[in-house]
Amino acid sequence: MAKQSNIEVDGIITEALSNAMFRVRLENQHELIAHISGKMRMNYIRILPGDKVRLEMSPYDLTKARITYRYK
Amino acid sequence: MSKKDKIIYLKSEEELDIIRKNGHILGKAHAEVAKLIEPGVTTKALDKVAFDYIKDNQGQPSFLNYNGFPSSLCISVNDVVVHGIPSNRALRDGDIISVDCGVYKNGFHADSAYTYTVGEVIDEVLDLLKHTYRSLFKGIEQAKVGNRVGDVSFAVQNYAESHKYGVVRELVGHGVGKYLHESPEVPNFGKRGNGPKLLEGMVIAIEPMITLGKRAVVQENDNWTIRTEDRRQAAHFEHTVVVRKGTAEILTTFQYIEEVLSKKSLVIS
Repeated sequence: MAKQSNIEVDGIITEALSNAMFRVRLENQHELIAHISGKMRMNYIRILPGDKVRLEMSPYDLTKARITYRYK
Repeated sequence: MSKKDKIIYLKSEEELDIIRKNGHILGKAHAEVAKLIEPGVTTKALDKVAFDYIKDNQGQPSFLNYNGFPSSLCISVNDVVVHGIPSNRALRDGDIISVDCGVYKNGFHADSAYTYTVGEVIDEVLDLLKHTYRSLFKGIEQAKVGNRVGDVSFAVQNYAESHKYGVVRELVGHGVGKYLHESPEVPNFGKRGNGPKLLEGMVIAIEPMITLGKRAVVQENDNWTIRTEDRRQAAHFEHTVVVRKGTAEILTTFQYIEEVLSKKSLVIS
């Protein structure tokens, strides 16, 4: 049986929460809470509300996401 | 998702022996299903045959009740890529049907899949099956110590795309062992030299999912069935292999399936 790989989606940051968590609105209007990825943390990449970002989500749990890239 | 999901388990010779034996039972279960594939047969009937055979051999179908999956087989007809649920749908002349099955016995799983033709199928679709079959073996060729998962992924993608087919991205192959789905993920697309290193004793299921048209897929409302967005046919073949120095060893087998198909003079080469 094939395994479902992580889904990549794009979204816009609506709100910055504590602990490097952000509320994100996806292109399909869903809102969820995502956390910043370790690589971005390590490289001191800042994210602010209004930024367009790429997220990685597990197909098995659609409430959690990881922010993997901030678009220019 | 937990930390332990990222660990890649290497299997000992005794454990590989269990998986190999399961692979044989699985191959024979597939053959029992292959014997019945004709226009008019329902996909539920095929599921029952596999269930009965696996149970008679003191095994458990890996898929039954896996995350709520209702059957022992994934039966995917035509534009369904994978994870089709057996139903009262009857097979029709010209259909292609991909059967995916797993056997769990003595603590380990084996996973394999094969795509069959029903009656007369057009040449374009026969070629899809032939090339998907070959892309599986191109991937297996790369599954040796010293390579990385990306080398396997690239081999499958390169072969399929050079024949102008679509390679499904959302679903991937996977490690196999005590659990049906283990690390690492084995995508059917990728860059050479990327991904985890392949080590002796790693057991992976390589499963190219290749489409005739575009690679985009969509999930049905039953939360399982995956079909092509453009509704063109898709093929799927899968083997469970163990990484070795030199050449990978294929633990599952198509020999019993191909014996049945050659009697009907239907083997893909």
